[in-house]
Amino acid sequence: MRSYGGIALVVAALACVPLLTASNVVLNFMVVALLIALVGQGWNVLGGYGGQYSFGHAAFFGTGAYVTAILQVRYGVNAWLGLVIGIAAGALVGAVTGVLSFRSGLRGSYFALVTLAFAEVLRIVASVAPITGAGVGTLVKLDLRWEAFQFQSRAPFYWIILAFVAVSLLIVKRIEGSRFGAYLVAVRENEDAARAVGIDVVRVKLTAMILSAAITAAGGCFYAQYFLFLDAGIAYGPWISVEALLAPIIGGIGTIYGPLLGALVVKTLGEITKLMTGHAPGLDLVIYGAVLILVVAYAPRGIAGLLRRRT
Amino acid sequence: MLSPILLIPAVLNGLLTGAVYALVALGLTLIYGVLHIINFAHGALLTCAMFAAFFAHKMLGLDPYLAAVGLTPLFFCLGYVLQRFVIGPAAHGEDRNVLLVTLGLAVVIENALLYAFRADTRTINLPYGFNVVEVGPAFLSVPRVIGFGVVIVVALVLWLLMRFTDTGKAIRAVAKEKLGAELTGIDVAHIYAVTFGLGTACLAIAACLLLPTYYVNPHAGNAFVLIAFTIVVLGGMGSVAGALLGGLIVGVVESLCGLYLGESLGQVGIFVIFILVLLFRPSGLFGERA
Amino acid sequence: MTEILRVEHISRRFGGLLALDRASFTADEGRIVALVGPNGAGKTTLFSIITGFLKPTEGRVFYQGAEITGEPPHLIARRGIARTFQIAQPFTGLTVRENIAVGSHLSRPSRASALAAAEDVADAVGLSAMLETPAASLTVAGRKRLELARALAIEPRLLLLDEVLAGLNPSEIRDMVPVIQAIRARGITIVMIEHVMQAVMSLAEQVFVLAEGRMIAMGPPLAIAADARVIEAYLGHGAAQRMRGAAHG
Repeated sequence: MRSYGGIALVVAALACVPLLTASNVVLNFMVVALLIALVGQGWNVLGGYGGQYSFGHAAFFGTGAYVTAILQVRYGVNAWLGLVIGIAAGALVGAVTGVLSFRSGLRGSYFALVTLAFAEVLRIVASVAPITGAGVGTLVKLDLRWEAFQFQSRAPFYWIILAFVAVSLLIVKRIEGSRFGAYLVAVRENEDAARAVGIDVVRVKLTAMILSAAITAAGGCFYAQYFLFLDAGIAYGPWISVEALLAPIIGGIGTIYGPLLGALVVKTLGEITKLMTGHAPGLDLVIYGAVLILVVAYAPRGIAGLLRRRT
Repeated sequence: MLSPILLIPAVLNGLLTGAVYALVALGLTLIYGVLHIINFAHGALLTCAMFAAFFAHKMLGLDPYLAAVGLTPLFFCLGYVLQRFVIGPAAHGEDRNVLLVTLGLAVVIENALLYAFRADTRTINLPYGFNVVEVGPAFLSVPRVIGFGVVIVVALVLWLLMRFTDTGKAIRAVAKEKLGAELTGIDVAHIYAVTFGLGTACLAIAACLLLPTYYVNPHAGNAFVLIAFTIVVLGGMGSVAGALLGGLIVGVVESLCGLYLGESLGQVGIFVIFILVLLFRPSGLFGERA
Repeated sequence: MTEILRVEHISRRFGGLLALDRASFTADEGRIVALVGPNGAGKTTLFSIITGFLKPTEGRVFYQGAEITGEPPHLIARRGIARTFQIAQPFTGLTVRENIAVGSHLSRPSRASALAAAEDVADAVGLSAMLETPAASLTVAGRKRLELARALAIEPRLLLLDEVLAGLNPSEIRDMVPVIQAIRARGITIVMIEHVMQAVMSLAEQVFVLAEGRMIAMGPPLAIAADARVIEAYLGHGAAQRMRGAAHG
């Protein structure tokens, strides 16, 4: 799967799912898995390729979600335009966070901490600010027309999130074959050596962060349209920051298909746990956390790494 | 400006709250100072300790202050085992991996508690829970004054431990120069685990001090952990004195922000300090410039 | 002969320690210049200041007549100054070819041409056989060559080599000397920090001696080897006299 043909093949195969089943349960599962794959791909650009581990991707997800929703609800903006602005807003938050932290030379634990803190500040502000509906949350009006980015059945939603994932795959493929990609990986492997060969480290990280934030924000926008409800805990909650990093790390960090693979595995595990324990709260997350530790300990290159070792 | 009648009690209460924050931060900074990692499971372990203290009271009828005597060594062992047999081996010596493993632990612990005890918020009733003492214009909660005293004692004991025992010297040696310590025959893996155990033991004490006036639910520890991060960053990563002073400062800042801006924004004040310090003086107010 | 690098009165203080004390030197275009001195003399610090990794407390650096003091490292690299690191700093997760290509990218935006250009550079330092080897599995000698290759890949006019011969055995050193001579033959000026005196003698045309942060002597290699101040700097006070005494007696 070295060429763009690989991506076409994977996307085409996934596109057939709604033709094979009309089950809402299956489609809903797949939509959520693809959403996590998208959000995880965002994290992967910065964390996987660039080596900057963010613990606060909720900041971008939530901004995309809230901007889309609030523009529609409060300002009557078209949902598709809201999507574009939502992505831009997420990218802007990424740019601001990135400029502040990379300029001050934050790396490693410090970078993880400051991203976590940014997400928490946004969550607290969103939980009291009137514009987000504060404690009550924001409800997007039901308007089942494609112009409003809402659909009667799940299949169109599925194809749209698949299209988002496809675009993210193409972007990452493009990065891998570019000078920017080579520079990004160089920065991950050794910052001083990167500087010595003429790489503007801050600029490379910042570009990666903006791209990463934009991809993750697109996931947030989609979330708002699909579930039509947001509150501070959903949009800016730690859950999405954790899932954003879980998918690529489990699937294969710094690989094109890692986030997709990881999201499918993680979500499947979650469903199995829920079925076996009768939807007990928390247990699926216990499994996620345990799998995260096990993968770091025994399969540092994730599932993709295990597969490659076999072949 | 508010009158001293309001200001003095706010500052005193802030100091009392800050002392417990300082103890939580002390555990975090101790671990950072030696292992050079940020323990993202710190909040979850605090929650764990709070549940332990809660059930010691509910099921065994133990007063939290008495429970501390048993829980402190127990949590020392828990921390030791976690570092020695989970975090250490799983991380393969890479800092990035430690981040992920402690995050994974946090997710596991927090949600296991959620699964076991649901999201309900629990409190315990103690005969002295609402007792107050009058200090000048302020009425101070007795359990929190006790808490303040205990934190001072713990910090003193920890300092003596570090200064005068062989283990304390070994810990300081590893913190300063890991390779050198290894060459003189110090078992670094053991010292790492002891340090992690000490950090976790601080949490057991903090939990027992909190319980008489605070509540417990599966997310209770999270409220403290970002505050503890703030304190540690403010006081300089790895600095024990910095953690104590930083804790008191943050307690007072929170109390004053709450007074001027209202309860819910008191926390935002803390995070703003946190981000500003991280960005402009990541080595902390009292730490050396890295 | 035109001067390519001029370092003027550079001082650098670390806390209470004065690591460099008004050190100056120049390098002429197309030459090999050696920077020698006992451990802790401040040689690597000086390299770090020239390449922008550290800022000097005082003093100025000129490259091709333009002042570059305090410019960030990536801009200095883009001007044509490459450096190697004393402790090799490979991009560990990448192959030799990919490592070198990161350097080649400076003048080649296309991935394919950067990867192709890496072959010529590898050839120049004798790494052709290992292009697809992961950098992490190279020997010390291999890593030193990779440092050199990556620096060459940015196509510098001035190359700063920080102990590229340290840690090599005598036969590996014999292999490296012609590599360095070939680089000079392509018109690249070389400033090298080196402890291996036999290599300094055979390669360098001009030698500067740094001791305790000060430039104490300069001249052609043979003159430097006989200089009393240099011998004292290395062997301690009175050493030159004792050696002379021993030679006469």
